[in-house]
Amino acid sequence: MKYMKEIAIIFGVTLAGEILHALLPLPVPAGVYGLFLLLALLCSGRLRLPDVEHVGGLLLDLMPVMFIPAAAGLMESAAELRAVLVPFLTITFVSTLFVMTVTGRVAEAVLKGKKEEGR
Amino acid sequence: MFLYFGMFLSIAAYLFGMWLKKKLGWAVLNPLLSAVLLVIAFLKAAHISYADYNTGAQYISYLLTPATVCLAIPLYKQLGLLKKNFVAVALGITSGVAASAASIFVMALLFKLEHVHYVSLLPKSITTAIGMGVSEEAGGIVTLTVISIILTGIFGNIIADAWFAFTRIKSPLAKGLALGTAAHAIGTARALEMGEVEGAMSSLSIAVSGLLTVAVAPVVSGLL
Repeated sequence: MKYMKEIAIIFGVTLAGEILHALLPLPVPAGVYGLFLLLALLCSGRLRLPDVEHVGGLLLDLMPVMFIPAAAGLMESAAELRAVLVPFLTITFVSTLFVMTVTGRVAEAVLKGKKEEGR
Repeated sequence: MFLYFGMFLSIAAYLFGMWLKKKLGWAVLNPLLSAVLLVIAFLKAAHISYADYNTGAQYISYLLTPATVCLAIPLYKQLGLLKKNFVAVALGITSGVAASAASIFVMALLFKLEHVHYVSLLPKSITTAIGMGVSEEAGGIVTLTVISIILTGIFGNIIADAWFAFTRIKSPLAKGLALGTAAHAIGTARALEMGEVEGAMSSLSIAVSGLLTVAVAPVVSGLL
């Protein structure tokens, strides 16, 4: 019963996310609406962590596997990828290093400023 | 084709990827990368079409939406840490999201990419569940987006230690934010190995950078 109730809550919130996605003209995926909704329910105290965290933990644990079918779909679009392979890989790698550097340096600068202010 | 073949193959391949990494101890052997390569190799060797595999495997993908909803759980648990370091977190993630969009736009211009390829790459640093939606809404090729997201995650996971040393990023909080903003869930796996603060901040960055990208993508995707 514990799991059934958790699944009902999580699927219910997911359904609400899908309905919002259908109704609102924003480019926001259903899952993101659901994420906000679940967070609001937890913050407002209408739901407690034990109401969702077992099935939630199971879903988060399985998450990497959920990417495999779409990624294996590459074998179908290999030709499509080959046409853009060099720019595609260059952009992916260079941009990843750039984002890592900017985020890390900015956060570190703020932390350092905060520390000096405290002196 | 058996309905449970695709589901079983996907999960078994991931478990094998985790076993292989543990056995050999190489950071390069990301379980997700191993699993995807293994699934493709198996299907090719056994002459099974992707469509047959996906008959069953697609049902795992359907769980991505409720799994994304459940990202609210770690986010809720880390609200205290977020409030305490709000400015560093907010500025770090926001500048990272801007850096991602700007660098992809500039390089897409340099390589003279078409709109469809440019928007497929835009969500490359955010978690797949959100990234697939962003790509779809912007008219991208979802498979291409998923591949770039996974490559980004694996690359970030592998390169993080060396890159943090090179760029002299030392604080656990900054490392966690950088990993989560640049390399989403797969980068977070590395952050969790680094320490509790790194892992917490990286998990937080997955959701926040994902949401910021959702907000920014419709504007940025129209540029090219």
